Order: sequence, then structure tokens, then C-alpha cells
Amino acid sequence: MSSIEVNGKQLETDEEGYLLNRDDWSEDIVDVMAAEDDCEITEAHWEVINFLREYYDEYQIAPAVRVLTKAIGKKMGADKGNSKYLYELFPYGPAKQACKYAGLPKPTGCV
Amino acid sequence: MSITKRLMYVNRRAPYGTIYALESLEVVLIGAAFEQDVSLAFVDDGVYQLVKGQNTTGIGVKNFSPAYAALGDYDVKKIYIEKESLDQRGLSMDDLQHLTWEDENEDYAEKESMHLVSREELADLLEEQDVVFSF
Repeated sequence: MSSIEVNGKQLETDEEGYLLNRDDWSEDIVDVMAAEDDCEITEAHWEVINFLREYYDEYQIAPAVRVLTKAIGKKMGADKGNSKYLYELFPYGPAKQACKYAGLPKPTGCV
Repeated sequence: MSITKRLMYVNRRAPYGTIYALESLEVVLIGAAFEQDVSLAFVDDGVYQLVKGQNTTGIGVKNFSPAYAALGDYDVKKIYIEKESLDQRGLSMDDLQHLTWEDENEDYAEKESMHLVSREELADLLEEQDVVFSF
């Protein structure tokens, strides 16, 4: 079993680092995961992470990247709802990486 | 762009107790990325999959029914419900979730995804498909 250490606590993850229990999520986890990826978290990242958490609460699924891009575009405008903007924020793949930080499972359909 | 095929997913079983309903939904969501002409049909006990207000706490499995409301985001805009199946179970469209999709080209106007069809109409729809997946 893989795990991630946050504030001295071991939290279970799958082999790719996605949290197994969504209840384990806290904002501190984002910093730990981002540090591992050498990624600096800004307000713009939080916007996407919070959006994903809300999406999951409503629909119980982690959206595919195409769906995420479209939904962000609708909510935050076309300058943010495009793959260039989202890939710059999350170079490992906006859906994959942002879902991981948000404590969601890997998006359905991601290999 | 390759040739677009008409794919219909036929859902015939109750949502819980077997994995069919959830698996069907997952295949639909994955398949939606391939930009085919996708439709879903709900017949027999499959109509229960769309019933509003599902609560699974007593059976210890995840209630995945909220995910049907995301189908519109995945460009799945054609949901057919067989009238005879509803009637036989004492259900009507009012008992089901109301699924819609948003038209980006019309300032995200909400459009109807749900279509009530008779057994005969559904037979015609099945006839028109290139591929039918039965779950």
C-alpha cells in the first residue's frame, strides 16, 4: 500500500498517488503533493482544484479533461477554459494532476 | 476525423445488485471522448437507474446516480426511456431525474436530453444503430 505523509500522518493512496479516502483530504495535502511534483501552487491552481471538488460533490465523478476545460470556460471565461492555460498550471495533465491534488480519484477514461 | 458511428447503450437492469449499470455508465463516459453519435436507452428494470432521490446508505455501495446529470457535459444528449417499462413499474417521467445538456453555441441554453418513446419507436431506433451495447 502506498501512502503520503501530511503533518506527520500517513494517508493511504493508490500506486499513482491518488488518495484512497476522500475524507483524508485537507489543503495541506496540496502543498505536499505539489512539492513532490516541483510545482508551485498559486491562486489560479486553487481555482481549478476547488472547481473539481465542487464538480465531484455534485456529480460523484472526476471529469475528463475535455469536460473540465469546457466547464472551466463556462464558469471562468474562455481565457481560462482552454488547454494551454490549464496545461501551464498542471503540466502533468490538468485533469490527472489537479484531480490528484483535489483528492479525487483519477478521471474516468484516463489511462 | 474518422467515420462517426451511431452507438446505443441499452440499460436493462436495476442500478444496484449487479455491476451492469455502473459499468455501462463508465463505458459511456469513456466512449464519449471518441466523439461518436451516442444515445442511451433505459428499458425494463433499467428505468430504475434514473429514479430520483436514490439512497444507498443501507446497502453500503456508492450512489452513482448523480453522475447521470453529467452526461450532458460529455455531449451525451439523447436519452430514451421506454414508456411501457415505466408503465409496468408504476413510474412516470416525473419520478426520473431530468437530464439536460447546455448548448455552447446558444449561450449555454439548457436543452432537453430525455425522450419518452414507445416500445415500437425504440425498436426503430435500435434498427438505425451501427452498434448496440446491451447492459
